[in-house]
Amino acid sequence: MILMKDIYKTYANGVTALNGININIDQGEFVYIVGPSGAGKSTFIKMIYREVKPSSGSIIINNNDLSEMKERKVPFLRRDIGVIFQDFKLLPKLTVYENIAFALEVIEESPRNIRTRVMEVLELVGLKNKARFMPDELSGGEQQRVTIARAIVNNPKIVIADEPTGNLDPETSWGIMEVFEEINSRGTTVIMATHSKEIVNTIKRRVIAIEDGLIVRDEYRGDYGYEV
Amino acid sequence: MTVASIGAVTMTLILVAVFLAVMLNLNEMAANIEDDVEINAMIDPTFNEEDDIVDLGEQIAELNGVDSVTFSSRDDELEKLIFSMGEEGEAWQLYEQDNPLNHVYIVRTFDPEDTVTVAAEIETFAGVEEVNYGQGVVERLFQFNTYARTVGLILILGLVFTAIFLISNTIKITIMARSKEIGIMKLVGATNGFIRWPFFIEGMLLGVLGSIIPITLVLAGYYYIDTNISERINYSFVELLPFNPFAWQLSLIILVIGAFIGVWGSVMSVRKFLKV
Repeated sequence: MILMKDIYKTYANGVTALNGININIDQGEFVYIVGPSGAGKSTFIKMIYREVKPSSGSIIINNNDLSEMKERKVPFLRRDIGVIFQDFKLLPKLTVYENIAFALEVIEESPRNIRTRVMEVLELVGLKNKARFMPDELSGGEQQRVTIARAIVNNPKIVIADEPTGNLDPETSWGIMEVFEEINSRGTTVIMATHSKEIVNTIKRRVIAIEDGLIVRDEYRGDYGYEV
Repeated sequence: MTVASIGAVTMTLILVAVFLAVMLNLNEMAANIEDDVEINAMIDPTFNEEDDIVDLGEQIAELNGVDSVTFSSRDDELEKLIFSMGEEGEAWQLYEQDNPLNHVYIVRTFDPEDTVTVAAEIETFAGVEEVNYGQGVVERLFQFNTYARTVGLILILGLVFTAIFLISNTIKITIMARSKEIGIMKLVGATNGFIRWPFFIEGMLLGVLGSIIPITLVLAGYYYIDTNISERINYSFVELLPFNPFAWQLSLIILVIGAFIGVWGSVMSVRKFLKV
């Protein structure tokens, strides 16, 4: 569950990114975040996994109050949140398998669990036969599947994706969306910032539109609402 | 860059080792000299009653910081004088009939640095004609020792900070090369401790590797000096600290400083990268 109350954010350089955000996202929801570039979508998303702290206001994620959270607790918050980026952020010198296992190794998971979990998520994203490939031997869509696998390998309650299809052609994007729907159907909250009108208008879900740091629209089964 | 920072640690530690060896030896010599400092309180010749002299001795013994008070009669003093003059001393034997010297209290303080104040107090007591403790020389010796210690310490600290700076730069480069990896680690919930320890080890390794050559030089160099040079020095107060255990202790200090420099350098540079 994600609960934000009166969130304001002004960066050190004076730019105001968020201007009083109030939102409640329940466990298991699928939410699109839409809006023009520079409207505050990325700041909104970064607040959830606490890469950015609000200037004022309170955020509660899975019953943890982030404003009272101590620095050393932040890693444990992030173990419940999987994050996916437009630019993949894969380690080029590790194989697909190693890239995914890396996420479990650094939280000191036992080697046996690592093996089973990695194979499970590789199957889920449809890359079981490419476990030994290097990232640069894969297509863009396949690389994005690897990052999704890495994000969900430790069973997070929330998956956040910042324009996951931004670098992919439309056909590949549909494949990626299928993976997100599959993840969501298992009870994981999915929050996805996107500029893709086709996706939002075809797979109808809750749409939250952010403009100038404010939520201007919040509808279930909404439309993208912007001309591309 | 790794070689450069190991080199920097090596150079620093060689200089630190030389400074430490010289400083500790000087310190030891100074301490030896300081220990030899004593106060001679000459008793007024008219102050003849034995009880008065004993009282005076007790009065001195009660002063703050006084370690021991020894009485030395004028006959003892003459004997010492004759003995110290060697053959020329025979001339002084004429005075045995009519000794011109004073009875003397020889006073030692616990802390040699108290000598001056204790001497000044003794001088105010009735029955004390004159106080003698090598005035001027003692003060200058203490002053020189203080200067030498301070200057040495500042130089060593300066060198250590330079080396820490160089190491932290080396580690910063390693970290930047791995910044993508660290970013992902933070994203998937690795604790700072988990991210930090490889750099911690790397820093310590750099420091320890940098201390190998200095330690070799210390052991070889000090062994050479100890066996070849110290025999030729005949002044009793110039005595080098013996190779065993001093050179080993010095090596250990060098190793610890090296490891400290490395660890501190890595901690400094990692800290900035973990703030996300």
